[in-house]
Amino acid sequence: MGITRREFLKNSVAASAAATVGLPLSQQAEAAVAQSEAGWQWDKGACRFCGTGCGIMIATKDGRIVATKGDPKAPVNKGLNCVKGYFNGKIMYGQDRLTQPLLRMTDGKFDKKGKFVPVSWDTAMDVMVEKFLAAYREKGPHGVGIFGSGQWTVPEGYVAAKLWKAGFRSNNIDPNARHCMASAVAAFMQTFGIDEPAGNYDDIEHTDTAILWGANMAEMHPILWSRITDRRLTHKNMKVINLSTYSNMSSDIADLEIVFKPSGDLAIQNYIAREIIKRDAVNWDFVKKHTVFATGPYDIGYGFRPKNADKFASPAEMEVVKNEQTRVLDKWEAIGQRRKAGDVVPQANAATAGKDWAISFEDFAKALEPYDADYVVATAKGDPDESAEVFKAKIKELADYYCDPKRKVVSYWTMGFNQHQRGTWVNEQCYTNHMLVGKQSLPGNGAFSLTGQPSACGTAREVGTFAHRLPADMVVMNPKHRALSEKVWNLPAKTLSPQMGSHYVKIMRDLEDGTCKWAMVQVNNPWQNTANLNHWIKGARDMDNFIVCCDGYPTVSAKVADLVLPAAMIFEKWGFYGNAERRTQCWRQQVKPVGEARGDMWILLEMAKRIKIKDCWGEQKVAGVKAPGFEDGKLPSVLDEAAKMGYSPEASLYDALFATPKNKKYAWPDPVAKGHGNHIAENLGFFVEKAMFEEYREFGTDHGHDLAPFDVYYDDAVRGLKWPVVLKDGKWVETDWRFNEEYDPYCKKGSGIDFYGNNGNALVMGDLDKPGDGSVKVKLDGKAKIYFRPYASPVEEPDTNFNLWLCTGRVLEHWHSGSMTRRVPELHRAVPNAVCWIHPKDADARGLKRNDLVWVESRRGKVKVRIETGGRNRVPRGLVYVPWFDESVLINKVCLDSTCPISKETDFKKCSVKVYKA
Amino acid sequence: MSANRRDFLVRLMQGATLASTGGLGWAYLLRQEARAQPFALRPPGALPDDDFNAACIKCGQCVVACPFDTLKLEAAGGNLPIGMPFFEPRQIPCYLCPSIPCMKACPTGALSPKLKNINDSRMGLAVIDTENCLSWKGLRCEICHRECPIKGKAITLETHPRQISKHAMFIPVVHSDACTGCGICVRACPTTEPAIRILPHALIQGKIGDHYRLGWTREDSITQEFDATGAAPTIAVPTNAPSGPVKGSAADYLNGGL
Amino acid sequence: MRTAQDSSHDLSQRSLAQRVWSWRYIVLRRLSQFVTLLLFFGTIHWGWEVAKDVPLLSGNLSGSKFIGLIPMADPFAVLQIFLAGHVLQTEAILGSVIVLGFYSLIGGRVFCSWACPVNPVTDLAGWLRVRFDIRPTFILLRNTRYFVLALTLILSVLTGVAAFEWVSPVGMAHREILFGLGFGATVLLAIFLFDLFILKHGWCGHLCPLGAFWSLVGKVNPTLRVRFDKTTCTHCGECAKVCPEPQVLNLKLLEEKGFVFFGECSNCGRCTPVCPEGSLVFDFKPLIRAHNAQAQGSVSVSEAQRRV
Repeated sequence: MGITRREFLKNSVAASAAATVGLPLSQQAEAAVAQSEAGWQWDKGACRFCGTGCGIMIATKDGRIVATKGDPKAPVNKGLNCVKGYFNGKIMYGQDRLTQPLLRMTDGKFDKKGKFVPVSWDTAMDVMVEKFLAAYREKGPHGVGIFGSGQWTVPEGYVAAKLWKAGFRSNNIDPNARHCMASAVAAFMQTFGIDEPAGNYDDIEHTDTAILWGANMAEMHPILWSRITDRRLTHKNMKVINLSTYSNMSSDIADLEIVFKPSGDLAIQNYIAREIIKRDAVNWDFVKKHTVFATGPYDIGYGFRPKNADKFASPAEMEVVKNEQTRVLDKWEAIGQRRKAGDVVPQANAATAGKDWAISFEDFAKALEPYDADYVVATAKGDPDESAEVFKAKIKELADYYCDPKRKVVSYWTMGFNQHQRGTWVNEQCYTNHMLVGKQSLPGNGAFSLTGQPSACGTAREVGTFAHRLPADMVVMNPKHRALSEKVWNLPAKTLSPQMGSHYVKIMRDLEDGTCKWAMVQVNNPWQNTANLNHWIKGARDMDNFIVCCDGYPTVSAKVADLVLPAAMIFEKWGFYGNAERRTQCWRQQVKPVGEARGDMWILLEMAKRIKIKDCWGEQKVAGVKAPGFEDGKLPSVLDEAAKMGYSPEASLYDALFATPKNKKYAWPDPVAKGHGNHIAENLGFFVEKAMFEEYREFGTDHGHDLAPFDVYYDDAVRGLKWPVVLKDGKWVETDWRFNEEYDPYCKKGSGIDFYGNNGNALVMGDLDKPGDGSVKVKLDGKAKIYFRPYASPVEEPDTNFNLWLCTGRVLEHWHSGSMTRRVPELHRAVPNAVCWIHPKDADARGLKRNDLVWVESRRGKVKVRIETGGRNRVPRGLVYVPWFDESVLINKVCLDSTCPISKETDFKKCSVKVYKA
Repeated sequence: MSANRRDFLVRLMQGATLASTGGLGWAYLLRQEARAQPFALRPPGALPDDDFNAACIKCGQCVVACPFDTLKLEAAGGNLPIGMPFFEPRQIPCYLCPSIPCMKACPTGALSPKLKNINDSRMGLAVIDTENCLSWKGLRCEICHRECPIKGKAITLETHPRQISKHAMFIPVVHSDACTGCGICVRACPTTEPAIRILPHALIQGKIGDHYRLGWTREDSITQEFDATGAAPTIAVPTNAPSGPVKGSAADYLNGGL
Repeated sequence: MRTAQDSSHDLSQRSLAQRVWSWRYIVLRRLSQFVTLLLFFGTIHWGWEVAKDVPLLSGNLSGSKFIGLIPMADPFAVLQIFLAGHVLQTEAILGSVIVLGFYSLIGGRVFCSWACPVNPVTDLAGWLRVRFDIRPTFILLRNTRYFVLALTLILSVLTGVAAFEWVSPVGMAHREILFGLGFGATVLLAIFLFDLFILKHGWCGHLCPLGAFWSLVGKVNPTLRVRFDKTTCTHCGECAKVCPEPQVLNLKLLEEKGFVFFGECSNCGRCTPVCPEGSLVFDFKPLIRAHNAQAQGSVSVSEAQRRV
């Protein structure tokens, strides 16, 4: 970017020429601009960063991105961008871009303890595959794993999922979306039987009330926040409520701010449900027609290593981890769970945390009874300097908004709900309250889960890059789903493994304990983004394993890896992203990748070329396999069956799965390219992105996940489409509000609202404590579940030693681990380092002043950081906040790796620390 | 006149001439140096320009004391008065140490020890180039606002509907009563040339006439008992000179030609 | 005080060891100048500390603080600032009193030849001038510096700024060594060329008001003085050849007092090693009288020659 000296001179000449003929100055300026923009080519694309999914336009000249702009036609952002989006054009041009493969070597040979040395792609691939096959032969399909991403493009994620699940017969594939959206996914699946929000961003312009539950939208979804603010300014009934564990930028616009104690949201949600019932505000028409009351076990643990935790955790860590076996209930947990304080509760359902059963409304109401205002004050009042009365008035006002039948309500949340030891629960509680009052799946009414990543929905979730998922919301544990996938993928029966793979944190644990010996990282930075980092860094460097990191820049994860592969970045490849409102957007390759960098998809396909069917499709040992038709602990050999289907055992997985005759029909070049290049298609000889997209479409079509054909998205007039996209009168029509007959083609005629995701399923009737004997079952056709979920205290709470809560998160200026935004000099200069926000009185009490360097230390590790007592975040006494973008402040060394036992998503929002002068 | 006496007088004249011409040249140099100063941003607690110029001993102890390498001494031949501390916020701003080490290091009081709270320092005032500010264009930037250590007081956000789409504008506005002039915003501003700058107050601040008070800012009670003595003018006819609309006296005007 | 090496009459006949020994004060002075700069520089750039957050020697010659405890300030600068109309803080006053006290004890212009960073430059110019035998172009009264000093003080009052501090080549050169380069190096070059081609000892010996100030202070010096032994002096004139302020070696006047009593003497020590007779030697002032009284007993060399 930036005008070169020569261009500047040319402009000056143009300007002075204009001046001599007496043009007015503005025209001179225009002439100069036109001159400098000569030869620019614009194309549409999507912003690289958050889940909002702003449309942008990209200008290229001479093989370089010269400018970007917000797309004025994009419905999401109408030409605007946040300051990260403003720098889309600069993220690929950092000084330290990786341009060639780097392998740890000593004396010309791979050595785990060696130094990184540039090698050819061939050498890199050879060593990588050799190590892969060694690990695969020794440990089986679950001895290898891949850390995927919600920043994969749709075809990339699809290729990865297919290669792993169909090719390697391994379900050890999990995206960083596990850290981000897993709780939302689990709650969607449990509540609605189908993933992703019912509503869309237009809810903002329809609603009267926006409630933020742990979503600092002002910073994390800046463009959506400007829509909420606009609604607030132009609609006099509009109210904005911000619930958070600290006061943040979103509070500035909010009419009501509720600062709550970590995990207090569970109590607040139950208080609202109780109020709705007490005030007789239940929308019985909606509840009776469309919902079933349900609950599940309370003793579900905290997601630590289930076995042998003490072999890896230090004694200090064990103080917390021991809760996994038995938990001593505190006073408020006991009341909220109808037990006695001090009860010792074995966490018996840690492995079966997701099971549920139906209950009666009477039981549901009874369970809510303890959650009165006093209970909420005790468990949820987050600011010690706020009076109980003021807090009570605030939560009452919050309940008012739900109960007022004339008021429309949208709830928004991101990491506050999802990164939660009871993340699935609290997501479900949110639906509970919306459905009790019938404010769901209507324009301006609904619970709307925002995503963090640009394609958390489009790729990680829809494509099924999770350890338990298959495309289009299917799961590996379900034999019907496996059969369907095997059919689409043209695989022998029982190729797909029924055994769920390791989730993100578990792959880390597997590397640490030696179960997994080969791992790949794509579009993601696991060694910066995973809690309790010291363990995983040791696991990567000290154990005998092989880690491949594909990235555009040298990240912390590249640093701990054994092989670093230079990845092409966003506009150096073709791709699709799917944003939080189910909108699928696309872009073309704009420029060639720098140096020898290649797209992540090419890396996966090149790997597939080097691995043969016979390497993977023979009998394989997979611990834990226990499914009808499968021998325990084994996947059968499917080689004979494969031979019958025409697969030679010597054929590569690339030929078997990707370069099939059907896929190769998608020829390159393709008119849709309009002259744009495609470094992958040019190399492989067919339009692989299109082939993969079209194949992937088959999964969703007629299953409520319909996508339009590839070319439709590339139409100049289209700015992304919200699925399901169905063909109506020769036009591809998107769906604005799902489950709503008026908008959703999948709803039954005359139903009004139809939660069709659970069709065909049934729940066993039970009571609050246990499922029944199975004699009574409740059918779920067209119905969603209203869950009762109790309050549960956090597994680690501040004590006399570690006496502060630590909450981590992001800042507007940086994207996740900063691997891109910290390469943009302007953004780096704006916010060069993470700081620790601390209350001035907490600082005083520790003899600290603003700008002082401190240690933030937990039972797990410590980092050095400067403190900030002012600025954008105003934390209450007792809590500190540290963003995680800064690799010089690896705050995840401090964080606790406790996860929601249902979703397996880590709780990055609460653990206890001490802060003292460095 | 004796030769000695004459000689002495000539020498006296020579000396005086030399001294006065030399002195004039020297004084001119000093004036030029001091004049460069309106663009200099001084460390926290710096006395007003003239006093600071007089008081600074150019020892650089403030520079040594600054933990962030913010402060520099101007070299000879620079644009700023020689040898005195200043900072360039786009390079390194003042990070507002609560303990104000630079001020404490100053031996002469050029950085006044009267400054007790760093937030009361007034090194300059932030000014926004509204034509090139991303936020004023409607983008969600506002980095200056978020990075401002006195956020919400020195820089606030005004929200307005954007009219052409359903997005709000978040417009940063600087308030002189709280802005310390630390320049953190200048460094943080992401535009190629910063759209926010710190300038000395005198260069940018206007002043409302002393003869007028804004009606809504303070409520003054209406005097019931008028004190006539207070009303008697000390000067019979107040003049508006030199900038009054009428030049010369009324009589001059009346006697002038038509 | 007298050493055997000094006793050789013919300077050109001295051995190498004798010569090196004769450079002892130059070496010591350069060392002193260097160490002074080094202490400042190390504190600024390498963060030299005596304890955590206690810098070793913070600041520069205008004002500084030693081990976070002892303030020092240039009394001439402080005087100018005072005249410019600023009410000084105790620290600056205390610092200037300390520095003033120190130099009044050991000789005001000790600053010039042992601490001032311009001195090596003017010394070099002076040395080259002798080497290449450059003739003076014009004559300026050595008292000019006192007029400049007076003018400095008057201008400080009139302009409201410390008049000399704002143009001082001494300050410029010093600050730029410590804080980074600028125009000051050029000014230093100008002084060098002026001293080399225009006027011998032009800056330090004729113009510098700071030197003038220290000369006035130097009149006090009750301790360290160069003793003059008229009984051994042969009036050979070697001392005056090397002295940057030769007027202070007015032997007639020295004979009366018995030591170099002029304030302009900077105790640079150049004259003592060159004196073939060892007639000029550093001594503690209160002891000089006693020494000379004893020497009166014997006959001076010149007188003895005359007698012969």
